[in-house]
Amino acid sequence: MDILITGILLGGTYALIAMGLNLQYGVARIMNLANGEILVAGGYFAFIAYTSTQLSPILTIFLVAPLAFALNWLIYRVMLQPLVNRAKNRGQLETDSILATFGLSFIGVGLMLSFFGGDYFSYSFMAVPVELLGSTYGANRVLSFVMAVLMCGALYVWLNWSRAGLSIRAIATAPASARLVGIDVKHLSALAFALGGAVTAVGGALISTYLTLDASTGVVFTLKALIIVIMGGVGDVRGTIVAALLLGILETVVASLLDPGLTLAAAYVMFLGILLFRPQGLFGKKPT
Amino acid sequence: MSLTGTDIRNLFLAALALTICALLPLGDNGYWLGLGVTIAMFTALATSWALFSGPTHYISLATAAFFGVGTYVTGLGIDNLPFWSLVGLAGLIGAILAALVGLATLRLSGVYFVIFTLGLAELVRQVITWVQNNTGQKGLYVLTDLDEAGIYWWLLGLCAIVFLAGWLIGRSRLGFALRIIGDDETVAAHSGINTARAKVLLFMVPGAVAAMTGAILAPRYVYIEPSLAFAPILSFQVVIMALLGGASRLWGPLVGVIPFTFLLEAVSSNFPNQTTLVIGVAFLVIVYLLPGGFVGLLNKIMHRINTRERF
Amino acid sequence: MNRRPFLKLVSALTIASALVASAASADTIRIGAVAPKTGPLAGGATVTQWPSIYLWVDQVNKAGGLTVDGEQMMIELIEYDDQTNPGETIKAVQRLATQDDAHFIIAPYGTGLNLAAAPLFDRYGYPQIAVSAITDQQADLSDKFPNMFFTLGTTTALAADVVKVLSDMRDAGQMGDKVAMVNVADAFGIELATAAKPLFEGAGFEIVYETSYPLGTQDLSPVIKGAAAAEPDAFVAWSYPPDTFGLTEQAMIENLDVKAFYTAVATPFPGYGARFGAAAEGVLGAGGVNPESPAFMEYAAAHEAVTGSKPDYWASATTYASLEILAQSIEAVGLDRADVTAHLKESTFETILGPISFDENNSNADFWTVGQWQGGVFKGVASRGRDGTVPVILKDGWE
Repeated sequence: MDILITGILLGGTYALIAMGLNLQYGVARIMNLANGEILVAGGYFAFIAYTSTQLSPILTIFLVAPLAFALNWLIYRVMLQPLVNRAKNRGQLETDSILATFGLSFIGVGLMLSFFGGDYFSYSFMAVPVELLGSTYGANRVLSFVMAVLMCGALYVWLNWSRAGLSIRAIATAPASARLVGIDVKHLSALAFALGGAVTAVGGALISTYLTLDASTGVVFTLKALIIVIMGGVGDVRGTIVAALLLGILETVVASLLDPGLTLAAAYVMFLGILLFRPQGLFGKKPT
Repeated sequence: MSLTGTDIRNLFLAALALTICALLPLGDNGYWLGLGVTIAMFTALATSWALFSGPTHYISLATAAFFGVGTYVTGLGIDNLPFWSLVGLAGLIGAILAALVGLATLRLSGVYFVIFTLGLAELVRQVITWVQNNTGQKGLYVLTDLDEAGIYWWLLGLCAIVFLAGWLIGRSRLGFALRIIGDDETVAAHSGINTARAKVLLFMVPGAVAAMTGAILAPRYVYIEPSLAFAPILSFQVVIMALLGGASRLWGPLVGVIPFTFLLEAVSSNFPNQTTLVIGVAFLVIVYLLPGGFVGLLNKIMHRINTRERF
Repeated sequence: MNRRPFLKLVSALTIASALVASAASADTIRIGAVAPKTGPLAGGATVTQWPSIYLWVDQVNKAGGLTVDGEQMMIELIEYDDQTNPGETIKAVQRLATQDDAHFIIAPYGTGLNLAAAPLFDRYGYPQIAVSAITDQQADLSDKFPNMFFTLGTTTALAADVVKVLSDMRDAGQMGDKVAMVNVADAFGIELATAAKPLFEGAGFEIVYETSYPLGTQDLSPVIKGAAAAEPDAFVAWSYPPDTFGLTEQAMIENLDVKAFYTAVATPFPGYGARFGAAAEGVLGAGGVNPESPAFMEYAAAHEAVTGSKPDYWASATTYASLEILAQSIEAVGLDRADVTAHLKESTFETILGPISFDENNSNADFWTVGQWQGGVFKGVASRGRDGTVPVILKDGWE
């Protein structure tokens, strides 16, 4: 039980890391390698707000979200839209966006270095025990799990029951046909990309309450997010949540019962295994 | 196999270029040789990468996995076996590993393959670290008498093999099959090509080459640790250099590697505090202004010259 | 010369820029520095390595420079980012030696990067006073690279003194003999755990929980929960910066009930004390200094005044001391690198850590090994030949 809860909490963290990328990749078709830098930037913001003005990270996210939204919207419009326009096919866009966002991630690291320096930033926020069913857990992890649930839930509802959400799902499923039924693909892709960035930055702000980050750590989160998104199935919120939870539980089970040294190895084995048996991911549609 | 006049001329020119390159350590034994090692290393990696990814359009991020395995082969065996046998062994292990991975993964397509290969590098690294930890293996020191010039010649030899292999594959039935697969996999399958076998065979080339490169470079690093040997950045660098040059031609990656190495060098020597930032900007400039890589640019220029001649 | 045309072009460009730099500064001492500003080790290098270098250059130049053969020479610092990549370290050292024509090069940061650079320091005859390179291979390495010096101690000493601190506590009846030992599965953690295990067993300790976790593990609570379930008297982690923070926070949350709690790298960072505050009280960690010594206090004050950040309580001061040693050697024998190396081998240097000299293996025999947070300051509690160790206190809860 204890293991299960720890695993689910960790899964919440992973959902925070991967949710934004799923929107960006699933809808806007941009495999954003700069995703981790946005996450770290969100963490920086929370760190500075907390250490200089004692502003609680729970409140900071309401500042981080619109800022990240605007920034990512700009990035998409200025940098990525031209690539989408110029790409002749899906493959070329994939290659181009890998290259472009890889460059962006370097720029992100460089900017953060010159503004904040390369030091670790870590602070203690709600590092107090919470008792659940007889075991103790970090309050900051529980909090970020609750926030992850709220965000995922809101996204899921929005995507499934709002008009914009419906259109976005249509783009994720069939971009070409979506255009035919009068959906403004360009506009909504930018929206999805920006929204993904905002979710990622908020995730970063929450994660910074219990993980130690520095300007160069973004890539670690990008890699993890990519794996979760692919495992869950591109463009499917449920898939990402399930994959994140599975990963969290698996890592905790292996760490607790087998050997913590094998956690990451086990995670990759599961990832590779899922891809072998379901190449399109847990909830992905068969590629056409 | 018959050689045409052009073939013989190309082979001769290639041998000449190789000889000139091999003379570099006699001219300069320091800075330029160091750059030469970097260029030779990335030429071997990027060219072999493009041999597979050029015709098949698969983007593999497994370079770091094979490279790391190679450094570990040298790191573990250097006290017991001669260096040349370790390089060969690394190539063999790399090829076998690539074959296994290829069998398991090459039916994945597009981005799934990309992320799969990325995960592979991490998996191999985790397993090796865990084994090292549980066998109480202390840090691996590779103390040899091999100097920079020796490493350079080894790498140059490897480059020559890669180019030769690429040239031979291009002329063989396998190369022909791969070009058809690249154009349309369904057509290829219908015309009786065993697509899976062809892809797996070809995937073994970058696997073996990356492992051998790692094995050759291990003495240069002296101390082997997982975080350095399996650094994922290497996989990305190789992809970028190959794509910058153009993966559709055998010599494409080479024309990407050389300017990119000098660009990185210029950036890191002139902007020590903003290295990452400037590299990032340079990157975007390349992506936006050179969409087809240097090969694409050259093709465009050639095309323009040709059309002009016609009038 | 058989350089190809494109090489000529680029070389002309780079040499031109190098010439501009060196022409303007014919009578300065060019000191090269290469260490991570980005990549996995950047966080550590930003705390430990770079600020001490900047401080030293600033102080020397404000004092009018170094006296070389009766002439005052200012220092010109040439710095490069190696991106925590040994290939880049190698290129940067080559660039410093052959293009920038540096008089001396400050040793890189981290064991792996120092060793990758060692053959080049050796070939170009630069003395390499390594700080952040902890290894048991000092004899082999100094034999192969006679210009390489070690200042921060050996793996075995670092592990042995932890064992000693704990056995002293046990022998004093302060705790039992059950130890939980974990390590980060990277070269550093593996080496230390391998060295420590037989030492613990030899000292009569029972290792009740032993495991490793991969570098970059996001949730360390299974490790702490596993350790807690084994009910140890002492918890020892051979850890790296992010997991040092993570393990401590989990121990707080789980209220891990031990008499001694040890985490390795980054425990002496000022950020550790700032983050955990009162909960850090009694935490043991790698390294240490004598924070009450006037020399260290003066250094720490200057460090904060010049660089805006506090030094750590271990390798920062040693990094600075290594530069003091270099300066004293230059002032004694001039800019000839072979003379400086020879001088390093035979002399004793006065540094902020006290006197430092190098033995037949080019190793400094006097260094700090274990420290402890006491009253908001990380104080040395065990050392080899250093003055000012304070008694160890028991870890008393996490409040």
